Amino acid sequence: MTVAKPLPHDAAVLHVTGAARYVDDIPAPAGTLSLAFGLSDVARGRIMTMDLDAVRAAEGVVAVLTAGDLPFANDVSPSAHDEPLLATGEVFYLGQPVFFVVATSHLAARKAARLGKITYEELPAILTIDDALAAGSLFEGGPIVWSKGDVDAALDGADRVVEGRLEIGGQEHFYLEGQVAMAWPQEGGDMAVMSSSQHPTEIQHKVAEAIGTPMHAVRVEVRRMGGGFGGKESQGNALAVACAVAAQATGRPCKMRYDRDDDMVITGKRHDFRIDYRAAVEAEGRIAGIEFTQYCRCGWAQDLSLPVADRAMLHADNAYFLPAARIASHRLKTHTQSATAFRGFGGPQGMVGIERVLDHIAHELGEDPLAVRRKNFYASGGNISGPKMDGAGVQTTPYHMPVEDFVLDSIVDELVHSSDYYARRAAVVEWNAANPILRKGIALTPVKFGISFTLTHLNQAGALVHVYQDGSIHMNHGGTEMGQGLFQKVAQVAASRFGVDVSKVKITATDTGKVPNTSATAASSGSDLNGMAVKAACDTIRNRMAGVIAAQHQADPATVRFEDGQVHVGGASYPFEEAAQQAYMSRVSLSATGFYKTPKIVWDRIRGEGRPFFYFAYGAAVTEVVIDTLTGENRILRADILHDTGASLNPALDIGQVEGGYVQGAGWLTMEELVWNGEGRLMTHAPSTYKIPACSDRPDIFNVALWDKGRNREDTIYRSKAVGEPPFMLGISAFLALSNAIAACGDGYPALDAPATPERILKTVMRVRAA
Amino acid sequence: MSQIAFLLNGDLVRLSDVTPTTTLLDWLREERGLTGTKEGCNEGDCGACTVMVTDAGGARAVNACILFLPQLHRRAVRTVEGIAGPNGQLHPVQRAMVDHHGSQCGFCTPGFIVSMATAHLNGRRDFDDQLAGNLCRCTGYAPIVRAAEAAADRPSPDWMVDDLTRIDDADPNGDRVLVARTADELAAWYRNHPSATLVGGATDVGLWVTKQFRPLGDVAFLSGIDDLKQIDIGDDEVRIGAAATLSDIGEAIAPLHPDFAELIRRYGSVQVRNAATIGGNIANGSPIGDGPPALIALGARLHLRRGDDRRAIPLEKFFLDYGKQDRQPGEFVEAVSFPRQADRLKCYKLSKRFDQDISAVCGCFNISVEGGTVKAARIAFGGMAGIPKRATSVEAALTGKTWTADTVAATWDAWAEDFTPLSDMRASGGYRLDAARNLLTRYFLEDIGGRTRVLEVGP
Repeated sequence: MTVAKPLPHDAAVLHVTGAARYVDDIPAPAGTLSLAFGLSDVARGRIMTMDLDAVRAAEGVVAVLTAGDLPFANDVSPSAHDEPLLATGEVFYLGQPVFFVVATSHLAARKAARLGKITYEELPAILTIDDALAAGSLFEGGPIVWSKGDVDAALDGADRVVEGRLEIGGQEHFYLEGQVAMAWPQEGGDMAVMSSSQHPTEIQHKVAEAIGTPMHAVRVEVRRMGGGFGGKESQGNALAVACAVAAQATGRPCKMRYDRDDDMVITGKRHDFRIDYRAAVEAEGRIAGIEFTQYCRCGWAQDLSLPVADRAMLHADNAYFLPAARIASHRLKTHTQSATAFRGFGGPQGMVGIERVLDHIAHELGEDPLAVRRKNFYASGGNISGPKMDGAGVQTTPYHMPVEDFVLDSIVDELVHSSDYYARRAAVVEWNAANPILRKGIALTPVKFGISFTLTHLNQAGALVHVYQDGSIHMNHGGTEMGQGLFQKVAQVAASRFGVDVSKVKITATDTGKVPNTSATAASSGSDLNGMAVKAACDTIRNRMAGVIAAQHQADPATVRFEDGQVHVGGASYPFEEAAQQAYMSRVSLSATGFYKTPKIVWDRIRGEGRPFFYFAYGAAVTEVVIDTLTGENRILRADILHDTGASLNPALDIGQVEGGYVQGAGWLTMEELVWNGEGRLMTHAPSTYKIPACSDRPDIFNVALWDKGRNREDTIYRSKAVGEPPFMLGISAFLALSNAIAACGDGYPALDAPATPERILKTVMRVRAA
Repeated sequence: MSQIAFLLNGDLVRLSDVTPTTTLLDWLREERGLTGTKEGCNEGDCGACTVMVTDAGGARAVNACILFLPQLHRRAVRTVEGIAGPNGQLHPVQRAMVDHHGSQCGFCTPGFIVSMATAHLNGRRDFDDQLAGNLCRCTGYAPIVRAAEAAADRPSPDWMVDDLTRIDDADPNGDRVLVARTADELAAWYRNHPSATLVGGATDVGLWVTKQFRPLGDVAFLSGIDDLKQIDIGDDEVRIGAAATLSDIGEAIAPLHPDFAELIRRYGSVQVRNAATIGGNIANGSPIGDGPPALIALGARLHLRRGDDRRAIPLEKFFLDYGKQDRQPGEFVEAVSFPRQADRLKCYKLSKRFDQDISAVCGCFNISVEGGTVKAARIAFGGMAGIPKRATSVEAALTGKTWTADTVAATWDAWAEDFTPLSDMRASGGYRLDAARNLLTRYFLEDIGGRTRVLEVGP
């Protein structure tokens, strides 16, 4: 069976030869125009005058549009209708699009866009978390609070209370392919759009609103993205809408791509957070109750901030049973880029919070942090081993969901063994005793990540499969390919259903004309949802084919088997191609749609109660680091990872997600630093100043394995588990290993903030020494 | 009519009257339809546009986004489309990248393939360095390095050879453009075009064009001037021509001052070092260039030339103020030299990322000790002031003192006399000053055998 084979990415050969086409590589029709945005120069202000004469007069300029020139909706928000394509009278962040230029070339458009002369009456800008708190600037009218048990009683009666604060920086996606879209006007006012988007249906929806047509007049196609990571869930709307409006106005195809600096200045990033915590700790280190206050900097518009902040709350427990918990979440509105989806979607921030707490408790108690972590683990799920605590049954999360599939005891046992954790921990202590300047640190952290969109209705997917009379298969579904290997995994599902080689399955571009009303490819759900939808479509066709073949042999269709490229019935076998031909000759439809909706989930996000997740994905990592206490320079020496992808659909692609996720997660918490100046200008707006991990930043020793006992207890596609986001949070082990190294410099608790740049590490070393 | 000639994936290309600031990347994608080469940042920091450029000095990876077409004159370019064989046979690095799952989204992949193929051709196996200029956001690099290692022993395919002799001559010079072949030619032309822009490797000037849209006016390209690329290591003096690339300097200097070579290893990336020249690094006057602090610490002199007039000044005197250098119109940097000396140089570069990052602080120390006493100290920093600057008070506080931890500690106040560093997105002023002080401690500890470098710690 093709499923579970470590096949390469479907486009691997196209990638390495440069033949894989991204939106900007598609040969544009003659006369295609290019767009660029003119951007706000202030973080907040009223537009007093706008002189665009120089823009209009610039070489190659065909048209210049402002908000007043837009024929229909001026909105590119995913849901809240609070994000105009072009500013209307007032600007809310430095970098907000105010007008756009349509010109004969990309360069001409970019040059002209700089020539706008706009004057503002500047208004006080709210830039930071403290600014927003002082001004009471937040979404949803106030904090959202979820609670379980009696936290106050736990804190009052605690042996000790561990409290502190953690600041967590944001993160730029830095997809290598910047945002790009192209719109091509069709006859009768229809619009064809090609976009680098994780969410073609939303592009279709926003374009239709903007050009005043029903959705059926807009077709959006996405073959592949050059990386997404959540940054192309909603942030591509503006380009596609602008192109469509310009295409409608000029009658010519229009294309827009952001220069890297524009991309970083205009688009949203990962939310930065502040987390305050107070934990009631029993003598042996178990948490009796905890209070978290999460402050989340959302930027100027809602975008996806509310569900992001929800997911941070939903991961405030990570792997730990919290008998009593109160989690308050402040969604702060600031005059900065509207923070958006980014791999983990708030989960990583929530998880760093509780991991910091466990680390802090262990430091207070002078215990091995891993021992303290394990004491607080949820009771193991019944299908792995017995409950680990006397009398403990299935435990519930702070949002009252039973944790039925907990497998971290087993994963951590194996990882401790394979990574030689205890011996290496002892060696680190020994090293630190002998080396006054360079200190080492080590940490093991677990991940438990909830799988499903928390907005329940998004947990649906569709597919369209055709079998042609020559036996070749055309597969389409609503998921998009951003590098994660979704297309190949789902093709493997289709090939397995028909019992044929994967080369028989043609992977086709995501197309709103083929599969409608799709959800974004997000929340790690791509293969779970689309794999099941494709399976359903394949099985419909397979059953029809089985009916035809079985009838010829007076056999029960249920006995027909599709294996090894053959269709077997009774003692006879037909090549799949021949079976397809027979079905065609019998006038049986060889085309089917498939549909899937995730079962079991119910969720009340205001009360914080229900089962938002179908299941949890698990993993754990051990990271060892070294720091220089003179400069704060630091390096990851070794990382060992064991990750649960259930029964993997494709172990090679899954390993790729785990390795890449870890490095991206470690980058977020170490070298990747977003810096805004006092005027709200993003100062780190290019790779010259914003540093994602480079080749040598991966761990010197990097042992990554999938958990071989993994098998999803829920009925997912071939019992696999989602893998897109969970491994990102394995990078937290690098951050806490740095904290561990700093702790070796003195008696104080490091209370290290993120990102742990050399500067922040040096400052923390000095503070720990002074304590 | 000016004309440039070069090989593109083996085919001879002749272009007439090109706009001299057209980048190779834009030309490939927009004029030739060769869209395998990608734009990731348009400033030479991500490597998605990496191409292989071959001249008499060999094959090198460079960034096409900040490479102007005249710089290609008499060279050969190979893009990702020219890495596979004429019948579509995959190059060993391409095959290995498929087999080892080295691509995910695939957008950075063409750049990686070209870097890997160039390293493969040149027999380089220091993959962390060879690939430091190629960013990947998906894979975490591990499978890419596995692929590079797997392909390393395979022979280079015969189609990877470029026959430069096929480029017959063309005259690339135009009314406002000089593609110079000799320093004399440049000197004469520049004297008559004193407001012209000189382009060495275009790793800085390239961004003036791609990001700032600055018109360059008259332009002279220096990368074809062989007599400005000389690196002469004499008995008394080392003299480096202004057009020598950082790559060439790193190689030449390693036996004399290994820490300078190590600093150069962390200067930009392979692609940047292959293009960037020391003359440009000095003449642009940046306070955060890594070349000047090391050269100043070595006691370098800068050789300037205007027409046939030449003068030499101590390098630190060249930097007058932020954005202001001691250079007359029509005068250019011809060379930099420093005395042969016993190696006491240590160079410490602090940045958020080790590779391909710009220094927050670059401290270079050259302290000679005789009989336990500091005989001479030359200490220079980048990132600590508006110009590359010597730590004269610290030098004075050390000179003549016994070489001890107490002496080092006693320099505390001198640091604040020498430097009042600014805060920016790379680091705060406070960190810069603290770290600079600590770097002297590092120098001292290294001198007495201490272990102080995280890059030298293994797992």
